[in-house]
Amino acid sequence: MTYAIEGWFAVDDDGVVLLGTRCAACGTVCFPPRHGSCPNPRCEGTDLEVTRLPRRGRVWSYTSSAYPPPAPYVAAQPYEPVTLAAVELDGAGLVVLGQVAGLTAEELEVGMELELTAGPLADGPLVWMWRRAS
Amino acid sequence: MSGGVVVLGTGMHPWGKQGRPFLEYGLAAARAALRDAGIAWTDVQYLVGADTIRNGYPGFVAGASYAQALGWTGARVASCYAACASGAQAVDLARTRILAGLCDVALVVGADSTPKGFFKPVGGDRPDDPDWLRFRLLGATNPAYFGLYARRRMALHGSTPYDFAAVKVKNARAGALNPMARYRATVTTEEVLASPMVADPLRLMDICATSDGGAAVVLASETYARRHAAARDLVRLAAVSTVTPTFPNTVLELPNFATDSCAAVPPPERPFRAAIAHAAYEEAGLGPEDLSLAEVYDLSTALELDWTEDIGLCPPGEAEKLLRDGVTALGGRIPVNPSGGLASFGEAIPAQALAQLCELTDQLRGRAGGRQLDGPRAGLAANQGLFGHGSAVIVTR
Repeated sequence: MTYAIEGWFAVDDDGVVLLGTRCAACGTVCFPPRHGSCPNPRCEGTDLEVTRLPRRGRVWSYTSSAYPPPAPYVAAQPYEPVTLAAVELDGAGLVVLGQVAGLTAEELEVGMELELTAGPLADGPLVWMWRRAS
Repeated sequence: MSGGVVVLGTGMHPWGKQGRPFLEYGLAAARAALRDAGIAWTDVQYLVGADTIRNGYPGFVAGASYAQALGWTGARVASCYAACASGAQAVDLARTRILAGLCDVALVVGADSTPKGFFKPVGGDRPDDPDWLRFRLLGATNPAYFGLYARRRMALHGSTPYDFAAVKVKNARAGALNPMARYRATVTTEEVLASPMVADPLRLMDICATSDGGAAVVLASETYARRHAAARDLVRLAAVSTVTPTFPNTVLELPNFATDSCAAVPPPERPFRAAIAHAAYEEAGLGPEDLSLAEVYDLSTALELDWTEDIGLCPPGEAEKLLRDGVTALGGRIPVNPSGGLASFGEAIPAQALAQLCELTDQLRGRAGGRQLDGPRAGLAANQGLFGHGSAVIVTR
């Protein structure tokens, strides 16, 4: 199984999780994972531990692309519109963007609950995606 | 204000998809601005070029490229890139040098030549670049972000596609009166709503096109201006805002995958877009109630409504009311995008903040032709460069 990017998400026995970081000094959470320095300007923390982010959240907003995005995106042939959702993760205080699997824009609503999954890009590697919460 | 900085001249090249080198557009805009200022290129002591990343090495060193195109004079030079805020940062560099007493007169130039289709990242495999990654992993184009903002506005404030279309109708009406605009036809709500869907809920006519174009301004110390242009009304550059966001930035911004987290630190009092305008107001010692007009960053019709609120013309959720009441149209109390906006111009990234300043200046000088407002005294232009570059300017008479 090839990931489209290393270290941002994992697929294991518990399902799919996003991997963020948490500052050991102030507790600030980041996605994508950040290393070296905490983004909180009042914190000089450098110990950013990898943390598994909440798998569920609510739709902050959503959209879909009627036209194929340009390279380096590899669009499926024939093109199937990419649906995107920005999801406010439960209890993490941040919104994460991702492709949506199995739902069109017409089926989404702001505030709707989604959960994390993963799916393949058109050229094979896996990326994190959002799907209807089970 | 004595000892301040004034806009001595403005110039543009008509915008469109003309397929010529960006240097031609920049050179034409620069020559027009110099003519307008009534000075020669050889009088210019400092040239700042707003960079374009799409046009190779000359684009990355735009300041020197324009200097060479105009003819080497030994002038001081700078080049700067700040995405859509490049023009405003270039203005700020020139203004600062004048205020420091290091020069009396400066030329600021921005121009772009864009390929067909969506903006896309600079070539090559660059998995450490968030701009490259957002396309590779998600196919998230710029209009996709505009679509997210539009859908969020619909959920928060009950905006409708009809409201969004009404922004385009308003801006197209203004753009039809602007000889520098790319699109010069009026449109109807029905035409906007019948145009193809691009990024749900935004349609083709809700989204600004990519364009070629150029714009330039000549800035000078007020002392220099009085010596060289004594008879003319002086337009003062009262503020330039180049702020970054305040942590945690809880609005998803281009080209990021996620917002900052507010789990450990609460969100700031002012979100980023509002902070950009606020910093400009503070510096100018003015408020939104003092404005006669505003140019805001209508990357999409829906985004103009957000900006109308972010610059303080009304509380959140009430921009549609201003629009419906004609307050923000030409002839209204506070016209927004009287130039026609990006809806009529399209994006030529290093030029657009400068084009906004050209419109403010033309309006304050009373030479905006069919778009001319009645005796404007102060104008604000607001814009935003991705990766966290604020961009607003305020000019006054």
